[in-house]
Amino acid sequence: MTAISAIDVNKHYGDFAALDNVSIEIPDGSLTALLGPSGSGKSTLLRVISGLEVPDTGRVLIAGEDVTALTPQKRGIGFVFQHYAAFKHMTVRDNVAFGLKIRKRPKAEISARVDELLEIVGLAGFQRRYPSQLSGGQRQRMALARALAVEPKVLLLDEPFGALDAKVREDLRTWLRRLHDEVHVTTVLVTHDQEEAMDVADRIAVLNAGRIEQIGSPRELYEEPANDFVMSFLGPVATLGGKLVRPHDLVVSLRQIEDAVPVTVERVVHLGFEVRISLRDADGEELSAQTTRGEAARLDLSEGQQVFVRPGHPAFDADVAAPAA
Amino acid sequence: MRVSRLPQLTLRTIALTYLTVLLLIPVGLILYRTFEHGIGAFWDSATTPASLHAIQVTLTIVAIVVPLNVIFGVFTALALVRGRFRGRGIVQAIVDLPFAVSPVIVGASLVLLWGVHGWFGGLAEHGIKIIFSLPGMVLATIFVTLPFVVREVEPVLHEIGNEQEQAASTLGASAWQTFWRITLPSIRWGLAYGVVLTVARALGEFGAVSIVSTGVSGDSETLTLLVANRFDASFNPFGSYAAATVLMGLALVALLLMTLFERKGRRA
Repeated sequence: MTAISAIDVNKHYGDFAALDNVSIEIPDGSLTALLGPSGSGKSTLLRVISGLEVPDTGRVLIAGEDVTALTPQKRGIGFVFQHYAAFKHMTVRDNVAFGLKIRKRPKAEISARVDELLEIVGLAGFQRRYPSQLSGGQRQRMALARALAVEPKVLLLDEPFGALDAKVREDLRTWLRRLHDEVHVTTVLVTHDQEEAMDVADRIAVLNAGRIEQIGSPRELYEEPANDFVMSFLGPVATLGGKLVRPHDLVVSLRQIEDAVPVTVERVVHLGFEVRISLRDADGEELSAQTTRGEAARLDLSEGQQVFVRPGHPAFDADVAAPAA
Repeated sequence: MRVSRLPQLTLRTIALTYLTVLLLIPVGLILYRTFEHGIGAFWDSATTPASLHAIQVTLTIVAIVVPLNVIFGVFTALALVRGRFRGRGIVQAIVDLPFAVSPVIVGASLVLLWGVHGWFGGLAEHGIKIIFSLPGMVLATIFVTLPFVVREVEPVLHEIGNEQEQAASTLGASAWQTFWRITLPSIRWGLAYGVVLTVARALGEFGAVSIVSTGVSGDSETLTLLVANRFDASFNPFGSYAAATVLMGLALVALLLMTLFERKGRRA
């Protein structure tokens, strides 16, 4: 079943097309990431779904209902902002209770629900604190509890970890993945960090210049990118003979083999388990190959040495890696 | 910045001397003159019919002007910060007009507009008296105090941004609920300060109000006008000091009430 559909959505700011005829379907219970560089339209798409932004043309459906004309208030969504949007003059308890108080639920029910949610997000015992007394990660977990309190049909997260330290960010995204497995609410997450998207999401939509380039599972996107943009956005790439290749999909050989291009070794960098080999081809173009420690030891490369590379996988080309007789 | 002992002492002395000469001595002198002949003399002078009437007029003006300025000020500030409408620049300039225009001119313009020969002068024939009466003085006070609430609330609105309001709307709050539960509590310090400034100015306004008042004690005369009247027209400097002390007392009470209100708000 489809939880959210955006159909032929257009949104322009002056001459700038933030969304250029975008359509997307988000399956029920999924955790979908909208991934793209800044200005790609990912946040605008999320805000159009939430109703915080009104599209020029196009429709938005949530749980099968056309909500295009509805304000955010009436859409049954939960929204989490990059900078938390905590209600600064309210305690953690009142922040989380806000949506329930608006819905005029009985006091006992609100109290029980708030305690339950704070337990889930790991903020039990923080009821009486004010947002200013919480760390960034805690504030964002409070904002999540606040959004979940109203039992939204969909949960929308706009760069939720963007303002946090690298370490906290990693912890929180593992935590979010686990939370999603427990709560099962359809979630859409906006991010510009491909690693974050691949780590958390079960589906990724890659956006570029107001259009969706590709939608699929992280693995599909990585292994079968629809175009060069998706390929280069989802991981490091090297250009070989005018084509994009992943550095770990380059075979380095000491002797001339079929389809291989002659290159010069510039530098060999040992990064623990993996080894990065910086190369330069006959046209002076730089590219880098990635290989394992064992493989690098066998090749025993030195700077300035002439070698040959071609797309492929070392594991399936064991023979070519052997030194020339 | 760390300042060593001697310059620190010098700085303190300069600041204290400056404050003492310019503020403490004049105010202290008034208080001294007021109570020179004892509390009884002060009380008699402060409770003459003219004085009581002036207190009543002053408080009435404050009671009308403050709520109007709060409502107008908050909505204008909201429109200026959140709105994207044509003529925003013009509204910005108009709000600052009372700062730029001399209060005496404000009074004169009100006479031109509402006086017997003014555009709306016809009202006087129907027994509705604006100039030389309380309504005129309220209009004059509104004019001169108009910018305070707007200008105090505006930067606070800028600072808090609109994400909290957007969050409230995604949680199901209507525009009205968002205003009462999120916007108003967020701007309360700025609003409180705007109110303090408005009250202080409304109590002390002289130029604009003096033009639209009859200047007759016991008629349409505010406490500030009474201070001036007793000082030069009635050759009653002692009465003038007594009225000035009452005026300062009122301002102090307003300030205290506001501080108490803020404390209570902060705890809640």
